[in-house]
Amino acid sequence: MFGLTALELARIQFGFTVSFHIIFPAITIGLASYLAVLEAMWLLRKDETYRELYFFWSKVFAVNFAMGVVSGLVMAYQFGTNWSYFSSFAGGVTGPLLAYEVLTAFFLEAGFLGVMLFGWNKVGPGLHFFATVMVAVGTLISATWILASNSWMQTPQGFEIINGRVVPVDWLKVIFNPSFPYRLVHMTLAAYLATALFVAASGAWHLMKGHRTPAIRTMFSMALWMLLFTAPLQILAGDQHGLNTLEHQPAKIAAMEGHWERTPGEAVPLILFGWPDLAAETTRWAVEVPHLGSLILTHSWDGQIPALKDFPPEDRPNSTVIFWTFRIMVGLGMLMLALGALGLLQRLRGKLHDSVLLQRFALVMGPSGLIAILAGWITTEMGRQPYVVYGVMRTADAVSNHSALALSTTLVLFIIMYFFVFGIGVTYMLKLVGKGPGHGGPAEPERADPAADTGRNQRPSRPLSAAPGAVLSIGHGE
Amino acid sequence: MGIDLPLIWAVIIGFGLMMYVIMDGFDLGIGILFPFIRDRDDRDVMVNTVAPVWDGNETWLVLGGAGLLAAFPLAYSVLLSALYLPLIFMLAGLIWRGVAFEFRFKADEGHRPFWDHAFAWGSIVATFCQGLALGAFINGFRVENGAYAGGVLDFLSPFSVFTGLGLVVAYALLGCTWLILKTEGPLQTRMIALARPITFALLAVIAGVSLWTPLAHEGVAARWFSLPNLLFFLPVPLLVLAAAYGMIKALARGSHGLPFLLALALLFLGYSGLAISLFPNIIPPAVSIWGAAAPVQSLGFALVGALFIIPFILGYTAWSYYVFRGKVRAGDGYH
Repeated sequence: MFGLTALELARIQFGFTVSFHIIFPAITIGLASYLAVLEAMWLLRKDETYRELYFFWSKVFAVNFAMGVVSGLVMAYQFGTNWSYFSSFAGGVTGPLLAYEVLTAFFLEAGFLGVMLFGWNKVGPGLHFFATVMVAVGTLISATWILASNSWMQTPQGFEIINGRVVPVDWLKVIFNPSFPYRLVHMTLAAYLATALFVAASGAWHLMKGHRTPAIRTMFSMALWMLLFTAPLQILAGDQHGLNTLEHQPAKIAAMEGHWERTPGEAVPLILFGWPDLAAETTRWAVEVPHLGSLILTHSWDGQIPALKDFPPEDRPNSTVIFWTFRIMVGLGMLMLALGALGLLQRLRGKLHDSVLLQRFALVMGPSGLIAILAGWITTEMGRQPYVVYGVMRTADAVSNHSALALSTTLVLFIIMYFFVFGIGVTYMLKLVGKGPGHGGPAEPERADPAADTGRNQRPSRPLSAAPGAVLSIGHGE
Repeated sequence: MGIDLPLIWAVIIGFGLMMYVIMDGFDLGIGILFPFIRDRDDRDVMVNTVAPVWDGNETWLVLGGAGLLAAFPLAYSVLLSALYLPLIFMLAGLIWRGVAFEFRFKADEGHRPFWDHAFAWGSIVATFCQGLALGAFINGFRVENGAYAGGVLDFLSPFSVFTGLGLVVAYALLGCTWLILKTEGPLQTRMIALARPITFALLAVIAGVSLWTPLAHEGVAARWFSLPNLLFFLPVPLLVLAAAYGMIKALARGSHGLPFLLALALLFLGYSGLAISLFPNIIPPAVSIWGAAAPVQSLGFALVGALFIIPFILGYTAWSYYVFRGKVRAGDGYH
């Protein structure tokens, strides 16, 4: 297809399927914890607002979870179907980690999910809360194992190569490899941030429509608190992760910075914008801030960092791509910080739910967490190239022997199906979000809900059913 | 003599796959039976009998994959690249039906039939592809220098198509008897009527595989038909006949629970028969579990977790089934 080699097609296929997949677990991790908090608040305060929010977000969670499961199933098998040499070479390390993920996390999530979604009238409140907490804990355990495995591929240690395959010698070193703690914290915070932004945006949307129920005000407020604390923490974690990458994957940092030449004794500038040109080995049209590169990466005024030309061309990651994905991630992070700060400001002014500027900003930022996650993953995964296990196995040696034809066929299949299935899934999720909280409990059949399928034509029934007794007299939205 | 880690792992993975076959079997079976049931409320009931548990059922498949990668990376890489197309299409089928569980309740009136079709066809395609993979597995793979050396379409043979169809029949019986257990009224009556012909079809499938395999593979024939093996293994076909006879009787008597248990027994016996034929090969016809095993350090590390955690998994899975015990009626569920 398009003259691409089997290796390129396999990489595109993996990148495509994993990019789609990562969105769902990120929201799953965030929403599962959020649901646990909501149920705890309900149990503690007996305030129906929290239960209303729980029912509302658990429906969104269910759709999202289903998509996460099925797209994750693809990932579990793709290592073998498309990367069979990687699997037989490194399976001794990645296999047990994946097995532990299934044993300790997937079963826990799946086992308690049924009770959490369908068991509201079948078990007591305490047991139901326990189920919710187990699902939330499961998502975090899952993240831990998969990031241990991914981090080991980035910064491998604790193994020997015997008879041409990886043999683990120290499991603690394998799991707690140098980049693992940073990656785990960074990814978990990213999941929480992405969810907070998603919740804040849906709250903002309803506020802008004039749906000012206690539930909507509560979720908007909670999301902005979450953002306020998590965004700065994430920037701190990202900085620490960057230092760790500099230590263990210097070529990746050089490519992220578009930093080609090292001049001894001279400080490294930070290139804000520019176009890393791989052929010419330079970054064109660079807009630089002197000394800032040294300051950020070495925390000193004129510290040195390795440059791309320190590495032979065949060992360099693609700077053009990851230079930009990295900037997208950082730029969005700064905007998240700004949104959190603006939220605090309006809260202090007593206008948290009335500021149109804040609502618009929050709405626009809705998908930013997910975009940042994708950009961040492209940065870290493409930054590892040309290796699949950094410094140990090249990606070109990892791929299965399939023909370009077989890979093109399945790639087309995945692309069509993913866009269709997950496109519709996201539409359903947004539809649920658009309905807002207050549409019945878990045991109420959906068809009994008059607002379920009416769409935009039968507006009058909607705000009333959305919030019995709580609708302010502000015109009926829409 | 030390502990035979590859053997223990083969048992664990075999157990995991069996759990998958009997558990996801009945919820895939519900999708396979969808075309026979037109009524919308009945379809909702069918889906709601498995909605709280299907996800856990499917997790056993992931355990099979992860366990294979952990314990037998060579087998994982060879089998998954040899079975590339059937596995990809199986995944496609599982995606369709997996999201259909949620989507069919969230869709507009007009789009609902679409997700009903997706659920049915996804289930059928996923099952058929699993059966294709099984047939190709029994037929064996060409391995050279530790890698799969055959073509991308080698999985396709008359035998693998037969096992593909056979598995569709097997899962249909599981789904049918599960619904007899979980439903009542006209839907249950319909299922009781369907169960009888499906049982006979499954017997035909089991007979077909039992004749075809030894005829095509000398090793399998030698294992079954030499003494004293024949005496040890003879209970398997006899129990199959006994279970099928019991099934027909139980259906005639209108028993609710027994048909499902007997369907599980039939599946288990068929599974045992295959295990007897193929053991100890993990990549038939030549690579054994010891030849494909991961390093001892990997096997041991993962085993500690498996032995400690699987009992807990079985415990809370059983609890979850217990919470959702009893008949499912129209309007149940959270949707």
